[in-house]
Amino acid sequence: MLSLQNINLELEVEERRVPILNDVNLEFEAGKMYALTGPNGSGKSSVARVAMGIYRQTAGQVVYNGEDVSDLGISERARKGIGYAFQHPPRFKGMPVKDMLEMAFKYSDGYNCQVLRDIGLCPDDYLERTLDNSLSGGEIKRIEIATLLAQNPKVRIFDEPEAGIDLWSFEQLIDVIGSSHREDTTTVVISHQEKILNMVDEIILIRDGTVSMRGSREEIWPQIKESAECACRNSCRLEGEIYADCPR
Amino acid sequence: MLTALDKKLLQEIADLHGEPPGAFNIRKDGQGIERRSLEGIEINPKQDQPGIDVQVASGKEGTVHIPVILTETDLSDLVYNTIDIGEGSDITLVAGCGIHNPGSGNAQHDGIHEIRVRRGARLVYTEKHFGEGDQGGKRVLNPKTVLFIEEGAYAELELVQIRGVDQTSRVTEAEVEAGGRLVMYERLLTDGEQTADSDILVKLMGEESAARIISRSVAQGSSSQKFYPRLLAYGPGRGHVECDSIIMDRATVRSVPEIWAENADAELVHEAAIGKIAGEQLIKLMALGLTEEEAEEAIISGFLK
Ligand SMILES: Nc1ncnc2c1ncn2[C@@H]1O[C@H](COP(=O)(O)OP(=O)(O)O)[C@@H](O)[C@H]1O
Ligand SMILES: [Mg+2]
Repeated sequence: MLSLQNINLELEVEERRVPILNDVNLEFEAGKMYALTGPNGSGKSSVARVAMGIYRQTAGQVVYNGEDVSDLGISERARKGIGYAFQHPPRFKGMPVKDMLEMAFKYSDGYNCQVLRDIGLCPDDYLERTLDNSLSGGEIKRIEIATLLAQNPKVRIFDEPEAGIDLWSFEQLIDVIGSSHREDTTTVVISHQEKILNMVDEIILIRDGTVSMRGSREEIWPQIKESAECACRNSCRLEGEIYADCPR
Repeated sequence: MLTALDKKLLQEIADLHGEPPGAFNIRKDGQGIERRSLEGIEINPKQDQPGIDVQVASGKEGTVHIPVILTETDLSDLVYNTIDIGEGSDITLVAGCGIHNPGSGNAQHDGIHEIRVRRGARLVYTEKHFGEGDQGGKRVLNPKTVLFIEEGAYAELELVQIRGVDQTSRVTEAEVEAGGRLVMYERLLTDGEQTADSDILVKLMGEESAARIISRSVAQGSSSQKFYPRLLAYGPGRGHVECDSIIMDRATVRSVPEIWAENADAELVHEAAIGKIAGEQLIKLMALGLTEEEAEEAIISGFLK
């Protein structure tokens, strides 16, 4: 379905070119679910952003359904069926949630505003709300996930969907990601959550900008347990939400 | 007697399809052409100068449309309107000006409104500007609105100008008495070589008087905008000024909010921001399949909603 071949990525930071990804090779098949995990700053979001066309790789190819899409822009890749729910979704002054969902529906079929209910937000309360600072980090994050569900692309990449989400919604989130996954879709979840790592077919461990391991939960979990827990505590704290511990 | 062009202009500025409901006065090319008063909502031409008096009795509810359209070139139209909303009334007033300038001369409308919202009354006032014409003639609009909001009265102003007006210099002044409230929304988009200036002075006169000024603008092309919203509290009033502009291309925007208190119990806040559309916003919408242009359009239209 989607493969990243020999991907190198350098980004400009203060007029210096900094290597971010180094020879990343990944193959994502239809019908399968994957987790991308690894320490903060290891390059997980960058992998997703290269797949979406937000970052352009310095070397290597992005191949989607046999077609080299390396030269296609973000919009074209989206229309072909690649979708990405941002780790840090931007806010939009004045834009109602409803408009965002409608834009997501535009190139999809099937879903409706039910997606809000699916992630634990009542449509009546949220459709007219604007995507500005009046929404909490957790609400913005959930709407971002609903938007990807509405878009219903063939390749769905969720970037740390659990950040800022309370315990009850976390269960619901896992359910909806699982139940909306189909035979012809590929689901990639960037996460440190054990429950998410438990539900996928394959775990990919990213370290220092490259794929350091791939395998089942049993193989990978012992390798990352410590750093995943630590990173999780961090992300819980950073989001500033009011739960005492990780949803784990 | 309205032509197809007249109807189009009326639709642009007042969402009207043909004759307005309720009381109305339509002014075209410097003259009142149609007018209807209702019981308790009287509209009469002024005797000594161009313009109308709108007199709303106490306790009335209703809608009043007073649109102005210009369809000629080399025309400068100056008008004085006096509007009096009686005690306890609840009125929606739709003003606005649409210009179709068919030539290369200027078409200009200077509308001066004096509005009194009496005790306990409620007024929702909208004023939309629209301009068009392809022979190079300028469309110029200089509205001045002076409001008196009496004790316990409420006024909401929505001032909108989206493209098509080459030059505008807008003055809005308001005095808000004890317990009165004013909410003012300003929405502005300029492009090309257009210029827009907006001067606002709101005076909070008495106890518990309150005002919010929310100004959103987009400046494109080589256009330029200046905002001077001023909020002055003589008494223990509360006020909030918010100016937010998206700047693009080679445009310039100046935003100079001022808050000024003469009472220790006054609470005034101002916020002003100018910035371009954030890259992440464009990327987010493009990741939904929109082109860059569509994404930009969606962000701007949301911002100006
Ligand atoms: N737009 C960017 N500009 C500069 N550096 C970036 C940018 N995006 C990511 N990086 C850097 O690349 C590295 C990997 O980041 P990222 O892919 O976000 O990691 P992860 O998602 O695994 O936490 C980090 O060092 C980060 O600072
Ligand atoms: Mg990340």
